[in-house]
Amino acid sequence: MELANPNIRRDAFGKTINRDHSPLLANGLPWFTILLGSMSPMLPIIAAVPVIPPLGFLVMMAWRSLRPGLLPLWAGFPLGLFDDLFSGQPFGSGILLYSLALIAYDLLELRFPWRGFWQNWLVASLFLTIFLLASALLAGADLGLMRAGFSLPQILLSIMLFPLVVSLVSLLDRLRLLRVRRIR
Amino acid sequence: MAPPDAHRSGSNKRAQLGLFAGYVVAGSGALIGAVLLAISLFSPATFQGLRSMASDLASPAGEAGALGRTQGRNVLESIAGYYAAGSKNAELEREIAIARVRLVEAEALRQENARLKGILNLTVGEVQPVAIARLIGSTSSSTRRFAYLSAGSSDGVTNGMPVTSPMGLVGRVLEVGNRTARVILLTDPESMVPVRRATDDVVAFAEGRADGSLRIRLINLGINPLEVGDVFVTSGAGGMFRPGVAVATVTQITEDGAIAQLLSNPAATDVVIVEPIWQRELIDRATELAASEGVTE
Repeated sequence: MELANPNIRRDAFGKTINRDHSPLLANGLPWFTILLGSMSPMLPIIAAVPVIPPLGFLVMMAWRSLRPGLLPLWAGFPLGLFDDLFSGQPFGSGILLYSLALIAYDLLELRFPWRGFWQNWLVASLFLTIFLLASALLAGADLGLMRAGFSLPQILLSIMLFPLVVSLVSLLDRLRLLRVRRIR
Repeated sequence: MAPPDAHRSGSNKRAQLGLFAGYVVAGSGALIGAVLLAISLFSPATFQGLRSMASDLASPAGEAGALGRTQGRNVLESIAGYYAAGSKNAELEREIAIARVRLVEAEALRQENARLKGILNLTVGEVQPVAIARLIGSTSSSTRRFAYLSAGSSDGVTNGMPVTSPMGLVGRVLEVGNRTARVILLTDPESMVPVRRATDDVVAFAEGRADGSLRIRLINLGINPLEVGDVFVTSGAGGMFRPGVAVATVTQITEDGAIAQLLSNPAATDVVIVEPIWQRELIDRATELAASEGVTE
């Protein structure tokens, strides 16, 4: 049978016989990519204005919308803590906002179990806007400046970037489920 | 497509308990976050050690990136150099001619300066830099404006030291790790620098505005003497920054001062200089005084 069709015992994630998913890769990759996103302040971009989207939060929202149930509900605590180490926000703001975001997403999903590209984007835009405004408030931004739309470029950039991050995460999701472990 | 419903536990006792425990753990995580946030808002230095440790560990990646940024720009510039080489050459020759004249003038000024200092018996030497380092990153998504410096306590950097670039003041050191330090940039909303107008003695404070500009607040209120284009330099008041370092130029006049643009854009600086605190004894004495007053009260 293999002679007729060499791909008969393969699927999108590799050989199906004698191979299995690696638990480390399958469960660790989402965490690793979110932590990597949180380390974006170590990128060599010295900005005078906050314009870079919060990459850690963005990647977390992408994983959460693409694979509900992959991140446990309590994941906001460790992920937010790591984000706080680099983000420059007052320590604890990341923990609070990440945790609240995951809980809120869960409750929202309870109400609206359907999902699709546009709905996910809408929900993520809402979460990103609230996250960025709350972060700015917690960091003590000037209220007059905020009323003048000072966070607007960052919010718009984050919202526009979300579909891109989702497609990147869906690529990573295929990598995550590759059958790399050999069963003996 | 609706996802498989993870919220429906049915009559499975264990699943019900797990679902409930998940909400409890997540809720208490958020609560701990709120408490930590309150603590760090009241005393911002509480988690300094944790943060410096993390940036120490992450600094090799940042340093490699900073090097890449510099080299990448050099490559682009050398390619761009091939275009318009002729006109650039002519322009440079004209600039050199002007610069030669300026050099002679500066030499004359230097001599006069030395003579006047000799008369006044001033012995102000050149400031010896504590460390020369790179800015390896900045909190580019937060409203607080911090940058990470690739030098720490092992290079002799301590809290409060001014960080300058050849173009002017960049900020001051806020937290020191072993190999990295966190610099509070001038545009941070909590940064405040005593400045004066370069041409005369109009004194003011330069506050950060988080959007890349500074707010100049005049100390003597009255008729606003500022004009667009005025350059502000550090005044040396407070003893932290040595006087005469360029800070900002005025771009817009307001009621009580002006809005000014930074002269040393931190995005354009490759290498920065960490300078010693200008008058450390003065600041030490001030903190001692404040501490003793706190005890007596």
